[in-house]
Amino acid sequence: MNRALALIPVGLFAALLVSFYFALGRDPTHIPSVLIDKPLPGFSLPGVAAGTPGLSSHDLRGQPILLNVFGSWCISCVQEHPMLMELAREGVVIDGIDWRDQAIDGAKWLDQNGNPYARVGNDKTGRTGIDLGVTGAPETFVVDARGRVRYKQIGPIDSDTWNNTLLPLLKKLRSES
Amino acid sequence: MTAEIGQYSLILAFLVALVETAACLVGAGLRDRALMALGRTASFLQLAFVGGAFIALAASFVNNDFSVTLVAEHSNTTQPLVYRFAGTWGSHEGSMLLWVLILSLYSAALALFGTRLRETLQARVLGVQSFVASAFLGFSLFTSNPFARISPAPIDGAELNPLLQDPGLVFHPPILYLGYVGFSMAFAFAIAALIEGRVDAAWARWIRPWVLGSWIFLTIGIAAGSWWSYYTLGWGGWWFWDPVENVSLMPWLIGTALLHSSLALERRGALVSWTILLAILTFSLSLIGTFLVRSGVISSVHAFAVDPERGIYILGIIAALTGSALVLYAWRVPAMRSGAMFQAISREGAITLNNLFLITLTATVFVGTFYSVFIKDGQGISVGPPYYNLTFIPLAVPLLLLVSFGPMMNWKRGDAGEVVRRLRWPILGALFLFGIFTAIFGIARAGAMAGVALGLFLIFGAFAVLASRWRFGVQGVAHRIWSTPLPIWGLALAHAGLGITTIGISAMSAFQTNVVVQMTPGQAVDLAGSRVTLDSIAHVQGPNYEADRAFFNVESSFGTRELVSEKRFFPVSQTPMTKAGIGMGIFGNTYISVGDRANDGSIVVRMWDHPFVDWIWAGAVFMALGGMISLSDRRVRVGAAQKAELPAGATQTI
Repeated sequence: MNRALALIPVGLFAALLVSFYFALGRDPTHIPSVLIDKPLPGFSLPGVAAGTPGLSSHDLRGQPILLNVFGSWCISCVQEHPMLMELAREGVVIDGIDWRDQAIDGAKWLDQNGNPYARVGNDKTGRTGIDLGVTGAPETFVVDARGRVRYKQIGPIDSDTWNNTLLPLLKKLRSES
Repeated sequence: MTAEIGQYSLILAFLVALVETAACLVGAGLRDRALMALGRTASFLQLAFVGGAFIALAASFVNNDFSVTLVAEHSNTTQPLVYRFAGTWGSHEGSMLLWVLILSLYSAALALFGTRLRETLQARVLGVQSFVASAFLGFSLFTSNPFARISPAPIDGAELNPLLQDPGLVFHPPILYLGYVGFSMAFAFAIAALIEGRVDAAWARWIRPWVLGSWIFLTIGIAAGSWWSYYTLGWGGWWFWDPVENVSLMPWLIGTALLHSSLALERRGALVSWTILLAILTFSLSLIGTFLVRSGVISSVHAFAVDPERGIYILGIIAALTGSALVLYAWRVPAMRSGAMFQAISREGAITLNNLFLITLTATVFVGTFYSVFIKDGQGISVGPPYYNLTFIPLAVPLLLLVSFGPMMNWKRGDAGEVVRRLRWPILGALFLFGIFTAIFGIARAGAMAGVALGLFLIFGAFAVLASRWRFGVQGVAHRIWSTPLPIWGLALAHAGLGITTIGISAMSAFQTNVVVQMTPGQAVDLAGSRVTLDSIAHVQGPNYEADRAFFNVESSFGTRELVSEKRFFPVSQTPMTKAGIGMGIFGNTYISVGDRANDGSIVVRMWDHPFVDWIWAGAVFMALGGMISLSDRRVRVGAAQKAELPAGATQTI
């Protein structure tokens, strides 16, 4: 066998290792720096069912809110859901993006599990998710009164992240506005 | 006390593995029989110590020893015994221990049963195996110690994730690991062959049972995982292209390639360097499968603990094992005897084509899984089903088409016209049925019908393989059927199984329907020709959960049956879970999952009709059965290499 050919696997593998090494340096729960303290990228999404309002980036102004990305196909979202329902009962404003999902499936899911969201937009193609830098559902953005992203939570919100991270931040943002 | 015994066992196992590596590799190099014998003994000791550590951890789980951090984080007094036991491998640290345990088990098996193998080859294989073991024992000890204590110990522990409290979890990881780790044996054989600079038919005969066995476990493991997600996740999907699933699919795809190329090597002495490369790649992907999801390189919803420090260590292990294997490959392979020649149209040619498709498929899944790693600021991007529909399916279809042609080819020099002639009935039959189905179900479903026809073609083709053996011969047909070699039965069964899975996937994609309704007891709904009645709803108390249990009555043309679906709530972890009611049948499943109960006593019900969905897993069972039948053939099971006295200073063919 040709020696040059035999070297190909090593070369490819070395390139792969370097990529992985640099990926390690990045914290997967880290927010892409381009988005922090920047306005949300513009989007305008239809509602999940006929007659329900959709969600656009212009709606997210005036008060600090949570923007939660979910999907009817998402397992961890089911786990997170009771927490969101609880927060909604306490009066926290949560808007939702039904991500990479058929609108009808999202609507059924909300019927089945309860709807904690003030407004829900359906991002069927996942295009808005890409603009927002969504890596997987659930993910939650904290958006301030001026519509800027202040924080991104990756993975389900539990009582720990709520009490120690999100609630203090929301309180601070409320006092800012 | 138990935890300390476990801790010491683990440390001793690590030291023994280091000694074994040195004794085996140095012993083989010097042809020192005493050193090689020491290495063999060490592999039994290593198994004893790793086994001891595993038992100690399991005992801590079963006895609710919450002073052990791992137990406190993953177990709870209300958890039933079987899930406390299964909790042993329900966490990152515990599953590492299981992984090393299986590795040690395989090494000891080779030391015990591999006596007919050339002694230096056996020692080198054991040396590589124990090197892998020491790397992971070190990883376990230094970065993820399962026996760490906490003080003060909590009164009660947190709970194992309710989704994981399921019979599926008890079996799924061990079976999957038996597959992953089994490929380490093929890897070790490949390294040993590179060190020795020679590959012969005996070598191929020895790796084949390991490859086949691992492939069987991996097939069952993946199917079990898919089945588990089907019935626990409560919405009836069976594959999600989640990174964790993808990393088990990749070693399976490339392991399938290895399975076929090692066949060509054993029978014809062809594809030598290629088979070695595949053996290295298969195990490397198994490593990636087990470990990279825990490193923080990619995030997945059901990944274990993610920790960059562990990530560095894991990357180091992969770099050391795969890297040195590939360097060795580049260094030694050019000087090795090249494989036997063959024509493009031949059984070997078909296997090469099969390998190329399987490798491309693996690469497709690899790129999809690790896409975010390769591009700058790639964390914003994740690829989903549309990517795989676009890339995976167009590559899988020609591969599936090829499956029936391969076994009809002659070795070395085939005749395309002859093969088509032998397969004329399967081809015509499948085309005819495709026409009929498309006429019945409409042109809109022609794609899915082509999938069904393709599956049927695989089944017909598998029969044709058997039939072509039975048609000619001196003795009677009964004798010809009886004397069909087991591997031929295995081949036919496995290829037919692939067809069954293909039919399941295609039918499921075209015909599944669902209904969502708010129901009160006594109400009935129509679903795909069945009538589903909600009989009653009861509130029940489980061992560690409470649940609303809904009883349904399903009437169809096949009769009436009772289905029970539950919405469970686990108070310790505050987690809800759906337990779907599934009515299984050959032609499809009725799948019912219930949601929350409203104040008026009604309940939200989602019902699916999943036509032919069980065929997806049944096909996998057939594939695994085919593998087992093939494995039970004596010629595969027993390597025929002779244990010869080593002439001092004998030269080796390089």
